Amino acid sequence: MGEAMRETGRDRLNAMFAAMRASGRAALLPYLTAAIPTFEASVRLFKAMADAGADGFEVGIPYADPLMDGPVIMRAGRQALDAGVTVPVALDLVARVVEETGKPVLAMTYVNPVLRRGIERFFNEVATTGAVGLIIADLPADEAVPFLEAASATGLGMSLFVAPTTDDARLQAALDLDPAFIYAIAEVGVTGERDDASSNTERMAARIRERSDTPIVFGVGISTPDQAAAAGRHGDGVIVGSAIVRRVIDAGSAAEAESAVASFVGDIAAALA
Amino acid sequence: MRLDRPDERGRFGAYGGMFAPETLMPALIDLEGAFTEAWADPSFHSDLDELLSSYVGRPTPVYHAERISAELGIDLWLKREDLAHTGAHKINNTVAQGLLTTRMGKRRVIAETGAGQHGVATATACALFDLECVVYMGEKDIERQALNVYRMELLGAEVIPVTTGAGTLKDAVSAALRDWVASVASTHYIIGSVVGPHPFPWMVREFQKVIGEELKRQLEVPPHVIVAPVGGGSNAMGIFYPFVGDEGVTLVGVEAAGRGIETGMHGASLGEGSPGVLHGAMTYMLQDEFGQVLEAHSISAGLDYPGVGPEHAYFKDAQLVRYVSVTDDEAVVAFHRLAVTEGITPALESAHGLAWIIREAESLAGQTVVLNLSGRGDKDVQQVAGLDG
Ligand SMILES: Cc1ncc(COP(=O)(O)O)c(C=O)c1O
Repeated sequence: MGEAMRETGRDRLNAMFAAMRASGRAALLPYLTAAIPTFEASVRLFKAMADAGADGFEVGIPYADPLMDGPVIMRAGRQALDAGVTVPVALDLVARVVEETGKPVLAMTYVNPVLRRGIERFFNEVATTGAVGLIIADLPADEAVPFLEAASATGLGMSLFVAPTTDDARLQAALDLDPAFIYAIAEVGVTGERDDASSNTERMAARIRERSDTPIVFGVGISTPDQAAAAGRHGDGVIVGSAIVRRVIDAGSAAEAESAVASFVGDIAAALA
Repeated sequence: MRLDRPDERGRFGAYGGMFAPETLMPALIDLEGAFTEAWADPSFHSDLDELLSSYVGRPTPVYHAERISAELGIDLWLKREDLAHTGAHKINNTVAQGLLTTRMGKRRVIAETGAGQHGVATATACALFDLECVVYMGEKDIERQALNVYRMELLGAEVIPVTTGAGTLKDAVSAALRDWVASVASTHYIIGSVVGPHPFPWMVREFQKVIGEELKRQLEVPPHVIVAPVGGGSNAMGIFYPFVGDEGVTLVGVEAAGRGIETGMHGASLGEGSPGVLHGAMTYMLQDEFGQVLEAHSISAGLDYPGVGPEHAYFKDAQLVRYVSVTDDEAVVAFHRLAVTEGITPALESAHGLAWIIREAESLAGQTVVLNLSGRGDKDVQQVAGLDG
């Protein structure tokens, strides 16, 4: 006692959402697989995105069997794993991104690496990087309690998911667990680019808002500035993943990736403004 | 102790559960409801029983393999799942799930397949029930089980090659789950073993336990030992479950040791793996120190899987079943031996069970042993011929 309470990751995440609400726009949260094409190039990519107007990041810890991910993010994950991006390397990258961009960073993983490390130890290691929170793609609310406990012990903000298929009872159950935010899955399907804006976001946001003020972040299938703007009208944040990852893995060089990603993120930021 | 059903969280002790993307959760919960209701409905049972007898050909016989018994000095019986329609136990599950799919009002079915037997059995059920059928199959398996690929297509199914990972069963399950995340409103996933998130492991066990129930009726005295190969674990679960906890009956599940446990190239999830989450369930799995799933290796596509059904994980910890493994080479020797002594070519999966019996013949001397002959070997003839050069 007697010490000043340190600001937790969840506090910083809340502060970001509060600031976004005050400014009347949704946070732009680019997703990118950790440490591609290389560790240092990856740090530069995140810096370039921060400079181009990203408000925070979701950093993907590569996983061998990513059930929520479509071909682009799968390919990036495979490339990272083949290049030796283990969980500790990915967490080192998270720490560097926090340090170099000063933005709120969410680490994204699947459940098995967390269990393998031990839930508490994994959350502690994520907290040590300076990340504000954690997204676990294959963890439904039904299995989430021990993870949420570790999140509150370490001050990390953890999300729970709501999908277009989620019924009212499940939605309420997720909210009752008091997640740091709701990751609202905008499309029925795995991650990947879509031709059209999601037709689900307005209705999902309304259903959540009826019950709670918990921040809403839309992700999955948001792949153009217009789509981001459409989702951003109904949520506190939007995650753009495959469209960014594709620009990185298709680029001829790290420099080319940097400029492609920077201009794309700039366009989305402008659309959200 | 054997559990009638998993607990309300879908767990068999510490194993099982529902580690699935939220998008799928409502469908899994609906499926649990639909299955529970159907399984309590006598009309579902009478429809299923009728199909199992007139279409699948159940009960399958128990054959006393006298020649090989004499050679080995044991009393060996074969539970002839190879004689079920389409040539393996997989049809027990697909006919039942097909019936359930119609009952749920879904018109499209997806499935994964390794050896192709589950794919063929699913395509068959879909033809029978007039359902659209898409089967995911790893690239490598498409090569080594070419006969079954053609059979699926003949039956009207679309076979989609899976090129991720090692192009084997794990990748096919993942691809099917990814399809399901997108198609869940219209589509049922007929999973091929006692794996996956709840309620699949429980439901598939209920649909496969007919094997062991028949065996109990068919034998005048219980056997000393029941042996079955374990890939995902459905044929083993089917024959073991009615005997679990019975005094005097030893249950032995045989996993793939591939090129040898010491080479690291095997499929022995129970023997060599550790607890983790694969394909939606907590179970024993092959993984590295950071929790990345490892590739399995087996000559037998149906055993080439880095996980296993969660109820087997529970049985292992509770020491209700003994799990062992045999190598590719031992399985091939057993494949030939059953062909020449009994006139039966077993599936390479089933040959693993026989290989363990051959290896242990001395310690089994004089005992009554039942092998679950989970499938026939037609699909493997070309692969074995290739080895023989
Ligand atoms: C004949 C046969 N036996 C066994 C297996 C292994 O599966 P399970 O362990 O689910 O019975 C397969 C799978 O393809 C098979 O075709």
